[in-house]
Amino acid sequence: MGCWNPKVEGMPPEELRKAQYTLAKALITRVYERSEFYRQRMKEQGIRPDDIRSLDDIQKLPFMYKQDLRDNYPDGLFYASKDELVRYHVSSGTTGKPTVVGYTRNDIETWSESLARAFASCGLGRGDVLQVSYGYGLFTGGLGAHYGAERVGATVLPTSVGNTERQIELMQDLHTTAIACTPSYLLHMGEVAERMGVSIRDDTDLRVGILGAEPWSEQMRNRIENWLGIRAYDIYGTSELSGPMFTECSEQQGIHIWSDLALTEIVDPETGEVLPPGERGELVVTILQKEAFPVIRYRVGDITVMDESPCACGRTHPRIRRIQGRVDDMLIVRGINVFPSQVEHALLEIPEVGRHFQIVVDRKGALDTMLVRVEVSEEAFSDKITDLMMIRKTVEHRLRSTLNVGAGVELVEPGSLPRFEGKSKKVVDRRSL
Amino acid sequence: MEKSYIIKQISIFSENRPGRLAAIAGALRDAKINIFAFSIAEANGFGVVRALVDRPEDAHRTLTDLGFRVSFTEVIGIKMRDEPGGLSDIASILGDTGINIEYAYAYSGKGGAILIVRVDQVEGAVRQILDRGGELLKASLFR
Repeated sequence: MGCWNPKVEGMPPEELRKAQYTLAKALITRVYERSEFYRQRMKEQGIRPDDIRSLDDIQKLPFMYKQDLRDNYPDGLFYASKDELVRYHVSSGTTGKPTVVGYTRNDIETWSESLARAFASCGLGRGDVLQVSYGYGLFTGGLGAHYGAERVGATVLPTSVGNTERQIELMQDLHTTAIACTPSYLLHMGEVAERMGVSIRDDTDLRVGILGAEPWSEQMRNRIENWLGIRAYDIYGTSELSGPMFTECSEQQGIHIWSDLALTEIVDPETGEVLPPGERGELVVTILQKEAFPVIRYRVGDITVMDESPCACGRTHPRIRRIQGRVDDMLIVRGINVFPSQVEHALLEIPEVGRHFQIVVDRKGALDTMLVRVEVSEEAFSDKITDLMMIRKTVEHRLRSTLNVGAGVELVEPGSLPRFEGKSKKVVDRRSL
Repeated sequence: MEKSYIIKQISIFSENRPGRLAAIAGALRDAKINIFAFSIAEANGFGVVRALVDRPEDAHRTLTDLGFRVSFTEVIGIKMRDEPGGLSDIASILGDTGINIEYAYAYSGKGGAILIVRVDQVEGAVRQILDRGGELLKASLFR
């Protein structure tokens, strides 16, 4: 698919790194001068802008956390003056105080640019009608997609969320070709459409979905693509980054992170140590051209893997894989980081057991033990004990190779495992440390 | 012909903890289903309850509706002389004809002794036992 900004998107990796260094150096210098908060952080770490002499020196800089945004509510982190700001967004405070982010004109500019490139990489452009069914308002999803789509020359249909039947009517009447929403909302739309006697596959022009803002899986992608007859692309962004957002390209093999806009690292969530490409860890992002407030080595809390190998689309910017979980959900078992989402993915590939599970971590003497409780599927249930033991062996084997740490497996009666999505009941940690 | 002796046993997955058998038995009681014979096979942490009941289809539905994992298994019920050598006779027929027993349980009551077996070749087992003068429970006892 054609690039929106061919010069930047195809820039040789070495040049890209040079550009990143120049931008990072300018950012640190600017922030050190203007942000009292981050200057203080750097002083505590005993580091000055002069100490940044290569791109790798970025690793010497202190991290920022969501807590920093909360502690400085509403705008204590802002260093841009009030008259430079053109917009605020506010995230909901479901897990604590709300957080406020702000944008200068350039911050809105780079945000739109990031999504213009992204949408073009999904094959969208002039002549497309993008229905934006992300929430408009304080949430960043709706307006982000809106500006990106206008930038790339598409026609925006700003439906926001809700009133699904009307959304489907408009989708037909105005010939929507692409939709931006959460994957679960699109599935809901598909069901509502069928009840209305409308097949999204046959009765609409929809061909692309830009889906995100919640965790989803390859299985869900396959279902959406096959059922609705569209191509479904993963989008990544979070309000705290307050700027660029990213999507997969037409290859659907990871999300391109525009390196001139964002510098990404993957770190060990426990130690903060930077991990080499290909290793799973916490995403850390520096927004290189941010002007309103510092977003430097921000610990996003999302778990992913960085892929720096060349992409078949020709874009030279690295990719992150589908987000695999949250740091808050991480367990450390015998020194190994374990994410409940890894267990979930492993189980999805074993037809003999259901998708529900519970992890029980305990400590026997000095050693951590992990037990994964699963249900035998109806098809696989045999009254021969040896068959059931074999299922248990299969699951144990798969978990060990996925998690790199051994876990016992317990077969339990159907319906006895928590059905809620929440973490609280899926993990029981009995260790008293 | 052989089919009329193949009995539907219900097999129920059960966690190995207090009260599980009571839950199964209570459900069958409430549905007024009579249990002729049953056994429990146990492994580490779980078990399988196997039972011959008078109404296997109803039992299956009742337990499934309550959330149990239930399946049907084909078994045969072989009548034995309730005296020394009774089991030996039957086991010899199966052994001599190369039929392997996967599991077995037995009961002895007013009507004599019965050996319930799951074998690797169920129709072959029926034929061999009948050919050698053995007697089998009719599947029609279990509607």
